[in-house]
Amino acid sequence: MRELDVARITEAVKDLSIRTNIYLPDDVKKALRESLEREESPLGREILQVILDNHDIAEKEKMPICQDTGAAIVFLEVGQEVHLIGGAPEDAVNEGVRQGYREAHLRKSMVADPVLKRKNTGDNTPAIIYTRIVPGDKVKIIFAPKGGGAENMSEVRMMTAADGIEGIKDFVVDRVSRSGGNPCPPIVVGVGIGGCFERSALLAKEALMRTIGEPNPDPDFDEVEKELLRRINNLGIGPQGLGGRTTALAVHIKTVPCHIASMPVAVNIQCHVSRHGETIL
Amino acid sequence: MKTVELRTPLDEKQISSLESGDKVYLSGEINTARDAAHKRLVALIEEGKELPFDLQGAVIYYVGPAPSKPGQVINSAGPTTSYRMDSFTPLLLERGLKGTIGKGPRSMKVRDSMVKNGGVYFAAVGGAAAGIASTVKAAEVIAYDDLGPEAIRRLVVERMPLFVVNDTSGNDLFEAGVAEYRREE
Repeated sequence: MRELDVARITEAVKDLSIRTNIYLPDDVKKALRESLEREESPLGREILQVILDNHDIAEKEKMPICQDTGAAIVFLEVGQEVHLIGGAPEDAVNEGVRQGYREAHLRKSMVADPVLKRKNTGDNTPAIIYTRIVPGDKVKIIFAPKGGGAENMSEVRMMTAADGIEGIKDFVVDRVSRSGGNPCPPIVVGVGIGGCFERSALLAKEALMRTIGEPNPDPDFDEVEKELLRRINNLGIGPQGLGGRTTALAVHIKTVPCHIASMPVAVNIQCHVSRHGETIL
Repeated sequence: MKTVELRTPLDEKQISSLESGDKVYLSGEINTARDAAHKRLVALIEEGKELPFDLQGAVIYYVGPAPSKPGQVINSAGPTTSYRMDSFTPLLLERGLKGTIGKGPRSMKVRDSMVKNGGVYFAAVGGAAAGIASTVKAAEVIAYDDLGPEAIRRLVVERMPLFVVNDTSGNDLFEAGVAEYRREE
């Protein structure tokens, strides 16, 4: 067994929370630059340029790209040959969030009671943590700050086999259409199909972590992604919803097996500040 | 479509000259308020109590900024999604509010109220928060410090870039823009 002190997890999460909120991944920046070249709407081009300029300002001033520095979504993949010592791994993750959000002056956006009191926890904890035990002796941490505006436009629908792929396509396009300018387009659309109710939602979020431009490993779903991207961009929603040809930068689909009676489909919407980063310990 | 320099407080004349699609550079004092603050503001009005800021000619910016670093006027401060304030906005417009700044479309009730009461809705570019912060020259919390990022702040802005979405004639830039660039499959 390889021993790993959870203090290393705290340190990594802290670093990731700061880095992901200031520096956007290269694939997202590239997709935005390319969309500027294609965009037909003058207002849409102006908005895309403002978005691109904002990346430079954020990096130069070490300011968060967006004031909504998100709920802290953390995927922990723990190798089965790792023995974690020094405390509970979830506490370590939360400590990393606490330190990172405090030191880098990131916004604290979590309320303790989601309905009645809605009092801000003051340190952006608790993180939303998904842990998997995997083969190997490493710990992989994926950190994805997720803003509320785009998350609010997401949806799970329990579809049936009879709905088929056409039903899924219509649902995804309709979900984006109804979202309009709310989720800060141009968006990235994560689609999770299969599993069960909550698994499909998690798949949709995992799909958002894929690098833009990387094809779907399944050629059939790769075609579906291309068709969906075309249909979504034909909606005319455009940058910020004010009209244009760039509504989405990418559609990413992830599938797993499911029950014979079911076909759960989840659409998780991500804004143009599509932040995520990873570290392997 | 024109480019307009505007200064708060806004009056009827300024408001009625604005058209959906205009680009606006807004200067002067504005107030921030988002979900939790709106709930409290509307409760105060319903109880007949005084508000923490004067609504006459006022502009509300829907934002919860990131906390400032030492020596910094304000940290990243882009707009939040406006529809969450829709249920509160008509009452504020009836009481003198003239402008709101956010992202995403408004409900028909809010749009009707803007036509009736003479108000405009401006869009700021969501997610362009570091750039917008550079147009903020002063910021102070004036109410509800306990709400953290949701506290009401008075901001002094200089040439904050905005687009007129809804004007007093009932036009909507979201509808017009989408109609122009939509392609039927």
